[in-house]
Amino acid sequence: MIYFDNSATTKIDPEVLKTYNLAANEFWGNPSSLHKLGTHAHNLLQQAREQIASLVHVKSSEIYFTSGGTESDNWVIKGTAWAKREFGKHIITTSIEHAAVLNPIHQLEELGYDVTYLPVDHRGFVNPEDVRKAMRKDTILVSIMAVNNEIGSIQPLDEIGEILEDYPNVHYHVDAVQAVGKGLEKHVFGPRVDFASFSSHKFHGPRGVGILYARAGKKIESLIDGGGQEAGLRSGTENLPAIAAMAKAWRLELTNEDEHVKKQQAIRAKIYNHIKNFSRVTLFSELTPDFAPHILCFAINGVRGETIVHAFEEKGIYISTTSACSSKNGEAAGTLKQMGVQMDIATSAVRISLDENNTLAEADAFNRAFDDIYHRFEKVSFEK
Amino acid sequence: MQYTEIMIRYGELSTKGRNRKDFIGRLNGNVTKALHEFNNLTIRPKHDRMHIELNGNDAYEVIARLKNVFGIQNFSPMVKVAKNMDDVHHAALALIQATADKNASFKVNTRRSDHSFALDTNEMNLDLGGYLLKRMPTLHVQMKQPDVTLYVEVRKEGIFLTTEKIPGAGGMPVGSAGKGMLMLSGGIDSPVAGYYALKRGIDIEMVHFFSPPYTSDNALAKAKELTTKLVPYVGSITFIAVPFAEIQEEIKSKLPESYLMTIQRRFMLRLADRIRAIRGGLAIINGESVGQVASQTLESMVAINDVTATPIIRPVATMDKNEIIDVAKKIDTYDLSILPFADSCTVFAPKSPKTKPSLEKARYYEQQLDVEGLIKRSLDNLQITEVKANDHFLNNDMEEIASLL
Repeated sequence: MIYFDNSATTKIDPEVLKTYNLAANEFWGNPSSLHKLGTHAHNLLQQAREQIASLVHVKSSEIYFTSGGTESDNWVIKGTAWAKREFGKHIITTSIEHAAVLNPIHQLEELGYDVTYLPVDHRGFVNPEDVRKAMRKDTILVSIMAVNNEIGSIQPLDEIGEILEDYPNVHYHVDAVQAVGKGLEKHVFGPRVDFASFSSHKFHGPRGVGILYARAGKKIESLIDGGGQEAGLRSGTENLPAIAAMAKAWRLELTNEDEHVKKQQAIRAKIYNHIKNFSRVTLFSELTPDFAPHILCFAINGVRGETIVHAFEEKGIYISTTSACSSKNGEAAGTLKQMGVQMDIATSAVRISLDENNTLAEADAFNRAFDDIYHRFEKVSFEK
Repeated sequence: MQYTEIMIRYGELSTKGRNRKDFIGRLNGNVTKALHEFNNLTIRPKHDRMHIELNGNDAYEVIARLKNVFGIQNFSPMVKVAKNMDDVHHAALALIQATADKNASFKVNTRRSDHSFALDTNEMNLDLGGYLLKRMPTLHVQMKQPDVTLYVEVRKEGIFLTTEKIPGAGGMPVGSAGKGMLMLSGGIDSPVAGYYALKRGIDIEMVHFFSPPYTSDNALAKAKELTTKLVPYVGSITFIAVPFAEIQEEIKSKLPESYLMTIQRRFMLRLADRIRAIRGGLAIINGESVGQVASQTLESMVAINDVTATPIIRPVATMDKNEIIDVAKKIDTYDLSILPFADSCTVFAPKSPKTKPSLEKARYYEQQLDVEGLIKRSLDNLQITEVKANDHFLNNDMEEIASLL
């Protein structure tokens, strides 16, 4: 089996799973309990938080545990809207965000908030100048993804951050769900970034747990209220086994990161340089440094994306149509459409997404499979 | 720079003629204890200095341990060379190059115990000064407060050079003053008092009152953890946990509210004094600071101190809270001290304790209790622990957690 769908989810690391089991067995007390069992659990919770924070050079009090990337995104967006509703109701985001950002923002639109959706160019990048132009007196939030989940374009976070230096009261949120372990931490935790969302299962951790980084002093309202956990901002008994496992996965992911990035870049280049020679192939990702090392999006014109996925699946290779979350409703992917890609080509797009465990040998196997599949479709004249 | 020995200059004890031998012996023992993790060190205590031959060990790793040993004024890492001027020149140049800017001012300070050496101190100073100026023309000589002083010692076994004089912890060797009992609560002041007692050569043992279930395991663990912060100055410290709940319940149920605090403190002091006698101590040390709280007014001290004639040393008695906090931060006890676990001093604290208790009333109320019985039951149940370096009591699951993460 060759697993090239790591942007959808990653396989849990066996060491991480061990941590999960040990934490569930040995640290099952409620971290809020006063007795020994509670203290034990509380210590693990705090250590996990500190480890996550110190690896990216932020304060442990700036790390909040959530149920995943979607909750983190919802929390920042709605929490900002609520906390700042007296100062304004204008939100800026991009037209290529993940649904976990776009849909909460749509909800706010229904409640009377005003939203600017920034366009992207034909390569899939936001222009920072568009952010400057979109800024208004009543702007309260700018939410930009770090790495586009469909084509892997890395958005100009630093440049946008510089522009926002002039607007210190506007919250700057980065959806960094696709960015962990890809050599981008210094941008994701850039000097102007106030909030960043992460999801554990995208970096070999368990499901159902994620992180919201919230810079000290930046206020958002809570989304989930109750017993006052997570400094009163995110209630609910902590999912401690998952949190501990995520802390471990985070450490493993950020260890030898440079090496891992180079490895993924080499695999991606090997596939890219092979398939670019086929006349019916359109490549949306590029090998330039402004694309994340792990994502390669391409189309075989004339074949539906879903068909391509199944053709590779027959050969034991798992890839994806452009966004797993929207892959079942058969619509053209959002990002490609925003880039101005023709509808029929966009629906032929598929995505390969790598991780540090993939190998160059797998790239070779993929390329051989690609040849077979391409020629098979060639015989039927690429009829959709 | 590969140093060959560390030379220790003694603190005040050099001046104390009669007891000097004991003091040096004590310091020798403390230095040996502080350096026990190093192999191959040779420690040679002399009447005016102590020499530690490094035999290949790293000078700065040794120095880091010595910084916590009381009774040391300062020390210098030194290079030993054979008694010929070529070797001396070579070592002097290397030392100056390693420790001085190229435009620095310097002087040479020679001391000679081997009077048979060809050059006397003046000739040595001149020779080395001239040599260094020739090799490093941008240096200049300055007698008063030079940037760098090159110390040279001509001894029988060789010539020793250094440019560094590193301040030591000062004070007197721990143990040289005898043993005392430190009344350790969980607060900021008592660890600081303990630090000062150690500095004056008192070997301390901790007396800590605990009152389960009114106080938690965490409060006891916190006191022990605080003890670990003082261990580096002495090697290990005996920690004596004294059960106090029965006494507090008894006082609370039988005596008037306004004297709860005074009588409790009398019991604490009485217990500390009994334990002192058992343990062979000479004094009691506490963290009282005049006027800080109701139990620390002079009137309270009169009413409480009444139970013993043993000397009570109060190192922080006249310090301001901020001054105490500064020291607590320096010795790294502050962050522990402010952890919010109720200790035995606070759980039965009356709402408005008498700030000016009367000695007569305190004695009178106390007579209504079975003082000896209460004291005996507490002394029968002491918990004695030896606290050593690297021990952890609070959050001692950190290793387990670290391995998990």
